[in-house]
Order: sequence, then C-alpha cells, then structure tokens
Amino acid sequence: MSISDRVLTFGQAINEAIRQEMRRDPNIIVMGEDVAGGAGRAHLGLVDAWGGPMRATRGLITEFGPGRVIDTPIAEMGFVGAAVGAAMTGLRPIVEIMFVDLIGCCYDQVMNQAAKMHYMMGGQLELPLVIRTAYGTRGFEGRTYGGGAGAQHSQTLYSIVAHIPGLKVVVPSTAYNAKGLTIAAIRDNGPVVVFEHKFLGTAAKGGVPEESYVLPIGKAEVVRRGRHITLCGIGRMTHVCLEAAEILASEGVEAEVVDVLTLAPLDEATILESVKRTRRLVVVDEDTPTASMARDIAARVADKGFDWLDAPIKTINAPDTPVPFAAVLEAHYVPRTPLILSAVKEMVG
Amino acid sequence: MFFDSPLTARTVGIAIVNGNLLLRTEPWKDLTHDRLVWLYRHLSLIRLFEERLRWLVETGVPVGAVHYYTGQEAVAVGVCATLETTDLIASNHRGHGHCIAKGVDVKRMMAELYGKATGTNRGKGGSMHITDVNVGMLGVNPIVGAGATHAVGAALSAKVRGSNQVAVAFFGEGAAGIGALHEAMTLAAIWKLPVVFVCENNGYAQATPVEYAVPIKNIADRAAGYNMPGAIVDGQDVVEVWDSARASVNRARAGLGPSFIECKTYRYYGHHQGDDPHRYRTVEEEEAARARDCLQCFRTQVLERGLLTERDLSAIDSENTARIDEAVAFAENSALPDLRELYTEVYVPNGVA
Repeated sequence: MSISDRVLTFGQAINEAIRQEMRRDPNIIVMGEDVAGGAGRAHLGLVDAWGGPMRATRGLITEFGPGRVIDTPIAEMGFVGAAVGAAMTGLRPIVEIMFVDLIGCCYDQVMNQAAKMHYMMGGQLELPLVIRTAYGTRGFEGRTYGGGAGAQHSQTLYSIVAHIPGLKVVVPSTAYNAKGLTIAAIRDNGPVVVFEHKFLGTAAKGGVPEESYVLPIGKAEVVRRGRHITLCGIGRMTHVCLEAAEILASEGVEAEVVDVLTLAPLDEATILESVKRTRRLVVVDEDTPTASMARDIAARVADKGFDWLDAPIKTINAPDTPVPFAAVLEAHYVPRTPLILSAVKEMVG
Repeated sequence: MFFDSPLTARTVGIAIVNGNLLLRTEPWKDLTHDRLVWLYRHLSLIRLFEERLRWLVETGVPVGAVHYYTGQEAVAVGVCATLETTDLIASNHRGHGHCIAKGVDVKRMMAELYGKATGTNRGKGGSMHITDVNVGMLGVNPIVGAGATHAVGAALSAKVRGSNQVAVAFFGEGAAGIGALHEAMTLAAIWKLPVVFVCENNGYAQATPVEYAVPIKNIADRAAGYNMPGAIVDGQDVVEVWDSARASVNRARAGLGPSFIECKTYRYYGHHQGDDPHRYRTVEEEEAARARDCLQCFRTQVLERGLLTERDLSAIDSENTARIDEAVAFAENSALPDLRELYTEVYVPNGVA
C-alpha cells in the first residue's frame, strides 16, 4: 500500500474503516453506548449527537440508520452478550465498550462466551465479532488533555484480554494501521478486540489511503531499523520508543523499533528476528507490570532467543499502582522516554 | 401492550390480571393427535435419557458434571413444541431437556457426555455446552443468565436480517438475581425483539431456596418492570405450558415484542450428580411435588379424554428406550478425540477476506 497524502486522525481512520465495511456488508451492525447518541430523537431533528468517545462512529447513523447503528442503554453485560448472540446467528456486530475499564461489567461475555464459543462447540459456529475499546491515559508531557480521568477511566488492561485463548487482540498505533487492522478485525470470522488509545484518537495523524485495505492480524512491524538494540512498543508506547530511538541515534546508538500491533496471537518471529540482529531487547508497555504483555514478550524471548542476547532483557511498564489523577502523577505513571534512555544506556556498553 | 394485540388476544384468549398474563383458553381442542404424540414422545425421551444417565453415573461411567432435568420436562417440551426448527433457543446448565425438545440427536448428546469425537461438540463441550446450531440450539450455557443475552442477540439478529425467527431463553429462578438477565430483558423490551423469556422456577438455585433469594412470590411480576407481559403457568402441565408459549411465540413472531413466562416446576434430584437434596429440603416436599409428576399428569389427561391409549403411550416409551439403548451403544463404541483436537478451533478460521 503506497503512502497517502491524505491525512486523517486515528479516530477518523477507524470511522472510515467501519463505514467502508458497512457499505460492503449489510450484516455488519454497530452497537454501544452513544455510538450515535440522542437515540430516538430523530423526530426532533436530533441525530448523531455523540459518536463514541473518539467520535469513531460519528455519522454512521445518518448513512446506515438506527437499524444498524444501535445505541444501547448502559448495560455492557447485556449488549455485549447480545452482540455475541447476534454474531452466532448471522450478523457481524462491531460492539463498543466505551472504555476498557468497563470490561469488568461484561467480562463474562468477553472471556467465557465470545472467546470460547468456537472451541467448546466443536467448531460449529463462527463468531464474527469486533469489540472496540478505548484505553490508556490522556496525559502527555505532564499535562492531561481532556481532563485526567483517574483510576477507573485510564487503564490499559489488554493483558487480561490477551490472556484468554480464543480472542485476537490488536493494538493499532497510527491512523494508517488503525484503518487496516480495524478492517481486518471486521472481516475476521472470530472475535477480535481492538484497543484504541485515547490519546492517539486525535493526536495520531497520518497518511491514510482512501481505498479499503487490510493489515494482517498477528503481524508485528519493524518501524525503524537499527543494529544495536530492539525497542518493542505496544500502541502509544511505540511512539515513545521512536522518540527514544531518535535521541539515541544522535548519541550513536542505532535502535530498532518493533511495533507489536497484535498481542494475540503474538508475532514472536518478527520480535525474535529483530533480537537476533540487535542482541538486546527493551519492551515498553503502558500496562501495569505484573502478568503484563511486556513480561510475556520478555519471557518468550528469554525462552527462545537466550543464546543471542548480550544483555538481560528490560521491561518498562507503568508502576504496579492504580492510575493516579493529578496530571503530575499521571505523567510520572506512564512509561516515558528518559526511562528508555537510561535502560538502553545500562545495556549498551 | 399485549392485550392490545389482536393476534394473541383473539386467537388464544389471553387476559392480563395484575400485570400478569393469565390463560383463559381451551387448548385441548387445538392439540392434534400428532401433536399429542410429539409431546409425549419428548416428555418420555427426556425422562428416560436422564434416568439412564443417572444409572450410568451411579455405575461409574465418567460422563462429567451433569445436572438432571428430571421433573421439569413439561417446560422444555411445552415451549419447544411451539417452535420451528429454524427458531433459536439458548439454554442453561440444566439443559438436556431443552436440547432433546429442540431436536438434538440423543446419540450425539450421549456421545458428547462420554467425551467422544462423535459428540455434538466433538467432545470439546460436555453436558454444560451441548450445542447443535442445525436445530437452532445455541448452546447449553452454565454461566447463569448469560444465555438470556445470547437469545436477545439472536432475536436482534433475526430482526435485522428480517428472518422471522423467534428466540427463547431458558433459565432458572436462580437467574432472577443476576444482572445479565435484567439487562437482556431491558434490551429486548426497548428494541421490541422477538424473544420469549422462560423462567423455570424449580425452587432451588443449587442449595438456595427461592423464597430466600427472590423477594417476590412470582418472578413473572418482574416482567411488568420491563413493560412486557408476564405469565405464571403450572410447569407440571405440558399443555398449559404449550398454550402459554404459543401465545408468547405468536406475539414475538408478529413483531409485538418480548414476553415472560414463569413455569412453576420442581427439580427431582440434587443440583448435580452426587448432590443429596435432603440436606436442604424435606422428603415430604419432594413427595408432594412428585405427586404432580408432569408425565403422569399428561398420561392421566390424555387417557381420561380418550385421546391416546395406554398402548400408544407404552409403545412410545418402548421406542424411546430403544433409542436410549442405541445412544449409549453409539457413545460407548465411538472413538475418543484425537489429541490434536486440543489445539484446533481456538481461533475461528478465516476464508477469503
């Protein structure tokens, strides 16, 4: 796919992905809290009042109508369950859990129902379900944008989803890969959870081709070449890794950056190939460290690539604390460039 | 509202009293000979299947965790008798009766309980996940209340696809306390979905009596809070269940939205195999319930009305016993799953994107 001159935000790219797929397939529906907004007020001339937390579903109701763009009450267990039931019976629902923090309200449907249906039914059913959810903090450089959201609206939590066999988990990082991975998720015949970083929603802008395209689920991408160390980033952390790599380059250290993109199934091969070349690995993850993806990736590389390593693997996570509210604390919570730089300096002697 | 519905009000004679749907019909005249035979065949097949299963468990055959449906047969049979094969049901942990009444092959059910490759789920589900999408059985589901959300999703799917299917959620009175059911009922009501909520009030959620866990006498009263009709029926009377279910199914199929049926029934045995129910209920209570046995009730009624003979009923029982014998032999003679099955079907395969 050639690079496009047409610039979209991350949120706009997802919107375009959904819109194009809904035009292609009448069995695709969108469900969630305020995916349109102002439900049932069309007779007052009021439609499309909200459009989801990053406006990724704005405008869909005016094109596809309330029969396919379905606002739900605040009932995550009910509507995620209904999406599972609809996916079992011929529809391809795209359901939105507004923030991943709310997954606690419907975790049964995610981890017991959607994830296991195909397996425990002996392959009888396909389950073409997309669960979109916003994650992460809004802080950047010591400021919170759109207000600090505190401990119950800022978590990352993808490890508790990737942990469950049967779920595919993708974490796009740019407008370009957000569109391609969202389309891939919609076309997948099984459940795929798409983690969309709140901060990237409007901050990540980039060239996005207008035509429809699919990026493969289960494939990491080397986004910067280097030969001294591999920095492995997830979602927004890929941008932090790139920023660190730029600074390291000015100091003579050539860092390779791998954007993991899919957490389950994890593309071990691309990560291992990179580590084989660079002989060093730092994994950067916005999630809390215990049982995290960073430590999972580190364990896999230690298991399969130990002989190539010239230094112990480092993992950089948020601390084992809830997400704090105050901007100064939140900025300190999120993994940031100086932490990467000091880790790299310990490893590259 | 339900009583505004010309279809249901006129054709099956429904009244609403105190927000509850009561029956004022003479359903027997609508029951053909074939229908009566169908009802008894399935009542008897479920009873014999479960009795055989108990025997297998007691003789040490490893059939996994099972929850006997015995005593409640009239509910599954009365409701499923009103459905088409293409209609969809979602079941709960006590699901063997729902499976059989919806038409799942007892051979493949038994093979699934044995963990064999020929089972409905190819040995990857067991009793608590029996599924056969070809007959509209969307799955036994042992997470209480979860299946109700799937039935609502299936009904939403039917509505979006314009398929005219109806979905039924079966759950126990134990589900009356879980949020998933209430969320499911909310969605069904606001979207006017073609779904019927069937509550089998058998008196016990595991070892917890209903009067302890549910603050109202009739769970059907809850329906009023979702602006849907609620019916209370004698779950030991298959004809009454059938009559109520046809009203609800007709209403759903006509696009008039969901309804709720509470069937008062009784679980003859413990919560699952090996559970001794006498730790939490009396023998006297059990005897009183068994005196109203749903098979016996049906037999008495059809014999008194001269609609079926002892010979008809015995012939059906014999056929069913032969089917169960065949199912056990099939299960015993089937192959175990290949060990590679452990790793297959974790992800759904993708065709051409």
